[in-house]
Amino acid sequence: MKKYVLDLKVSSVERVNARNVLIRLTDDKPLPEMLPGQFVEVRVDGSPSTFLRRPISINFVDIERNELWLLVATVGEGTHALARLRKGDMLNCVLPLGNTFTPLASSSERVLLVGGGVGVAPLLYFGKQIKEAGGTPVFLLGARTAADLAEISLFEQYGRVCITTEDGSAGEKGFVTNHSVLSTERFDRISTCGPKPMMKAVAHYAYQASIPCEASLENMMACGVGACLCCVEKTTEGNLCVCKEGPVFDTRRLMWGE
Amino acid sequence: MADLSVKISDLHLKNPVMTASGTFGYGLEFADFVPLEEIGGIIVKGTTLKPREGNDYPRMVETPQGMLNCVGLQNKGVDYFIEHIYPQIKDIDTNMIVNVSGNSPETYAETAEKLDALERIPAIEVNISCPNVKEGGMSFGVTCSGAASIVKAVREHYHKTMIVKLSPNVTDIASIARACEDEGADSVSLINTLMGMAIDIERRRPKLSIRTGGLSGPAVKPVAVRMVNDVAKAVKIPVIGLGGISTAEDAIEFLMAGATAIQIGTANFLDPQVTIKVRDGINDWLDRHGCKSVTEIINCLA
Repeated sequence: MKKYVLDLKVSSVERVNARNVLIRLTDDKPLPEMLPGQFVEVRVDGSPSTFLRRPISINFVDIERNELWLLVATVGEGTHALARLRKGDMLNCVLPLGNTFTPLASSSERVLLVGGGVGVAPLLYFGKQIKEAGGTPVFLLGARTAADLAEISLFEQYGRVCITTEDGSAGEKGFVTNHSVLSTERFDRISTCGPKPMMKAVAHYAYQASIPCEASLENMMACGVGACLCCVEKTTEGNLCVCKEGPVFDTRRLMWGE
Repeated sequence: MADLSVKISDLHLKNPVMTASGTFGYGLEFADFVPLEEIGGIIVKGTTLKPREGNDYPRMVETPQGMLNCVGLQNKGVDYFIEHIYPQIKDIDTNMIVNVSGNSPETYAETAEKLDALERIPAIEVNISCPNVKEGGMSFGVTCSGAASIVKAVREHYHKTMIVKLSPNVTDIASIARACEDEGADSVSLINTLMGMAIDIERRRPKLSIRTGGLSGPAVKPVAVRMVNDVAKAVKIPVIGLGGISTAEDAIEFLMAGATAIQIGTANFLDPQVTIKVRDGINDWLDRHGCKSVTEIINCLA
């Protein structure tokens, strides 16, 4: 897929919860094709301590409104600067980068999408793609507390939503891998995105249950296009760039102890 | 439109803008962003005789106006390059130059000899300055005798343009450059990264997997300009300047300090189209100042 450097216009910035903001971007021209699982490298202006671009996963692409959505967790100075963007500001983006989640093979395929924290972001766009292909994904979304959950009503448009919170303030109490849906239902495959310990636990569950599993990684990146070799992950084929060979990897290729 | 062409020994460059090894992949990674044939030269990722996995993650830390990296020369080896990558890049209509590393004079020479046979690779850049490998790399580049031993060995087996990439982690870079010139180097490029370190104060641990890494980006530019000027005064062979260049004005500083050509490295990560912007900016500057050729400003300090 051809990559572009684009100055996109901010159409809105919405605070989703205490930690996350949703940035909607648009352009006068139709946005390039972007697929679920891919990401964008954004240039952070107005933050002197932020030198490199920030890789942000594609949360959603609204074709009718010609909008690209980025769900951003405000964790450092760069992401806080992104949260200060206002309608009408421009955001320089390199996109679309990386590979994609594996598309639905048949409408009968039962897909579980497991997200944690801001890692839920790319699963929304993936869920839409699955639904449009005739499938019905189940979302299993984890957060520390009810206040940290994001975009739940949007996920519900595309499939059933199961929730866990660590404090039990919403859904089932515990981690995603403790949720009852894992023991009561059978899935054909799993895609996951979130904190690495969570993804490792999900991959472990999938391995034990003999279910194919893919995970979207977020190693620290510089170039975003496979040139600098900084964001590597150890795999069965050696060190691979998360930005180019990933971010989505079959977990059996990862050296996660299975 | 000024004449932007320059010469590095037998190498003709359409313009003085090149890309630095390890920051531009094999060029192909940037083909969607810039017309590769409009870049003066593309120096591809460091290549060694045998495949190398490089160092463990984390390999990169963002620092004020720069970054540290300890990639450690991850590459699939020169044979893989010749068989799988060369066919993909040989028809890019610019100077495709291979950066070569090793752990002994013999391994450098053997790698260089294999590359000598490739018709569309007109030059190599011999890297005696990688700070991120245990054996070889920078250890050869920090003494005159070490640098001389590599250049001598490569020169015996490599007959096209040989550029030697110098380390800034030395007390007198001009003497190292002279040692390379004396052994037959056609050009020197500088600077490679400056060795540095960053610490995670909460975990009380180095942020990089091998403790230290090489600093690049605008933070190193003044150091690089000074060293380019030191070396340009000390040698007769053409000097290629790099270190923190991200604008045409930066590039012009290096040219005025004595560089015949420049390389852009880390700035490619921030703006994948920076190379062409710098080329156009140099041209605009020359036009504005009534210069007919870029050669008028090379080594022009009063």
